[in-house]
Amino acid sequence: MATTQVTAPPLKTYPVIPILQAGAMAKSKPYAASAAMQQALGFPGELVEGWHDKAIAKLGDLLQNYRGLKVYLDACVHCGACTDKCHYFLGTGDPKNMPVARQDLLRKVYRRYFTWAGKWFPKLVGAEDLTKDVLDDWYSYFNQCSECRRCSVFCPYGIDTAEITMAAKEIMDSIGVGQKYSNEIIGKVHKVGNNLGLPGPALQDTLSSLEEDLKEETGLDIRLPLNQKGAEVLLITPSADFFAEPHVYSLMGYAKVFHAAGIPWTLSTHASEAGNFGLFIGNYGQMQKIAMRVREAALDLGARRLVVGECGHAWRVAYSFWNTLIGPFDFLDSNYPVPQHICELTYDLIQRGALTFDKSANDRYVVTFHDSCNVARASRMGGMPGGQFEIPRAIVRAVANRFVEMNPETIREKTFCCGGGGGLLADELLDLRVKGALPRMEALQAVVDSHGVNFMATICAICKAQFSKVLPYYKFNMSMVGGVHQLVGNAIRLGPK
Amino acid sequence: MTAATVFFALLLYAAALLGAAGLAWRIRDYARTPAPLKIPTTPAPTTTGGVVLRMLREVTLFESLFKANLWIWLFGWMFHVALALVLARHLRYFTEPVWFWVVWIQPFGLYAGLAMVAGLAALWARRFLVERIRYISTPSDHLMLALLLGIAFSGLSMKFMSHTDIVAVKAFVLGLLLFDWQPLPMHTGLFVHLILVALLTAIFPYSKLLHAPGLFFSPGRNQVDNPREQRHLAPWAAKLDKAKV
Repeated sequence: MATTQVTAPPLKTYPVIPILQAGAMAKSKPYAASAAMQQALGFPGELVEGWHDKAIAKLGDLLQNYRGLKVYLDACVHCGACTDKCHYFLGTGDPKNMPVARQDLLRKVYRRYFTWAGKWFPKLVGAEDLTKDVLDDWYSYFNQCSECRRCSVFCPYGIDTAEITMAAKEIMDSIGVGQKYSNEIIGKVHKVGNNLGLPGPALQDTLSSLEEDLKEETGLDIRLPLNQKGAEVLLITPSADFFAEPHVYSLMGYAKVFHAAGIPWTLSTHASEAGNFGLFIGNYGQMQKIAMRVREAALDLGARRLVVGECGHAWRVAYSFWNTLIGPFDFLDSNYPVPQHICELTYDLIQRGALTFDKSANDRYVVTFHDSCNVARASRMGGMPGGQFEIPRAIVRAVANRFVEMNPETIREKTFCCGGGGGLLADELLDLRVKGALPRMEALQAVVDSHGVNFMATICAICKAQFSKVLPYYKFNMSMVGGVHQLVGNAIRLGPK
Repeated sequence: MTAATVFFALLLYAAALLGAAGLAWRIRDYARTPAPLKIPTTPAPTTTGGVVLRMLREVTLFESLFKANLWIWLFGWMFHVALALVLARHLRYFTEPVWFWVVWIQPFGLYAGLAMVAGLAALWARRFLVERIRYISTPSDHLMLALLLGIAFSGLSMKFMSHTDIVAVKAFVLGLLLFDWQPLPMHTGLFVHLILVALLTAIFPYSKLLHAPGLFFSPGRNQVDNPREQRHLAPWAAKLDKAKV
């Protein structure tokens, strides 16, 4: 870590596509997972004998099982529409961070071994043998993709680099080349129940002390119940909400909402984590196994509703995949969609007039909203397409007087990743993370200058952690970032009506 | 029956066979490969009708490309629309009597031929002039454009420079369709045109031209956004699912 130089590029007042700097980030790579971490997930501990053939066989398997991968590897025409869309490219100028070039790292191998043209005319179609150098490139550059899907918005065929990155990570894991950050965390989920490795008793202590804080702040007995059988709502939230700042303020915000609405709710030690890093490593089995704890917890506690806290990729897995992975949810209350986002719950309560706010409590803030990539481009809220943009904004507007949008090219479906998603929130990748945050920082700087924005609300634990870390590199205050329910918690009126 | 007639008849049959069989194989392969997870790029339509509209906009207007880059969209769209018109114009060689709308578009098809060349030339220029596109271009990207331009130029040359006997050409084409071969006129421009068209047809399913069928099978575009409302289960995932309960 100490050897890595972390430099923030200068902020520009208007976006400029960088000049290519070949190899600029070739040395960026995450720490390798130890043999023990690998084996805990059923992967080989180190690079296996015959890795070349096994990797090709694994790619063949994935091609049989994932239509998206097959179509995406075939369909690209190298039109270049995606070349200036990736935040890591914009921040680093490394051409292999252009989405198409990143895809080509896998595509050239696919062409060589699985297509007629690549077998007979490799040079012509850019096909290449899988060598150790290519594998090293994979490890470096597929760990410079946060799987944010921004490129897929602009691709005329909807080619999703995230799918290709996930496939490459799955192949690498299968031959013993794993990334420490993600795989260690998955191990902790299985062993302890959450990504941060917070055991049940410690979680209980944390929640109790938060209840005391809430009592001190409001004078009310606002509960943060754990393992409460028969509670109506089981809340699944990222474990960072339990003690990281600013995450914890959102947790207290959820508690206040439940309290004000009189909805009995609970957290679970068994499923004390919404995050699902099985997504990041593209492993269906891990994703299912991690998600299964939620089903088990809901059944065990007799919950009637499943609600997910502020976490971007968790919401993608919950919204898009839970029904497939751990459904059907016939044992839950059919009056509510399964699962529900905490923002959907709060928004519904606001619509019904069940919550009242003192918006002036947030008058010290000029608020903007950062759309988190997985929420924006891989999920929905409410009944209408685009509800994932409107509902959080409607909540912010309901609880704060001053709200400003950033440049329309950088929000909603075109939002830029924070730079730390997809399992890249590792310390040793800080230089990459700082550079990848550049497009968002530029958009933020613009509204700071024009409107005095001093709070960027978001609904993702990774976004919050990443921005807290990288904001100072761009001379912003790290506490500028916070959750939507942090603002809700500030403004909500509690107590007897 | 001249040697040229036999050669081109066999060449065109072979190309059509390679192209059609290859395309059928790719499409069958795409259709049979499961898509285990719901991964539409959102916001996405929540109904099948909405998805049909989304695909229509992608196929006819290149909606996503329009969002991405106006220059690529302009040149790419111009080329594809022009190509469609030119192909429609060529239907006059395949139909007797010629359909009324094919007669009607004949003059437009001619301008389209010119627009096609302009679009292709601009797309090719980008591969040299824009650093990022230069970096990602492979030899086949260049050759594909060369091939298409060759087809366009040889076709236009027969309109503007050296005419061939198109009545005989039509007889040859209809003869191919009815397996009743008719003589092909001896004409260099025509020979070049047919050889290049045969080549393009033959390599279609083995090249990046697969983007055409690929788009229809892209889960990012063709899936309905309804994972909460409707449980989505691919066959291999269903097997895992049984093990679960």
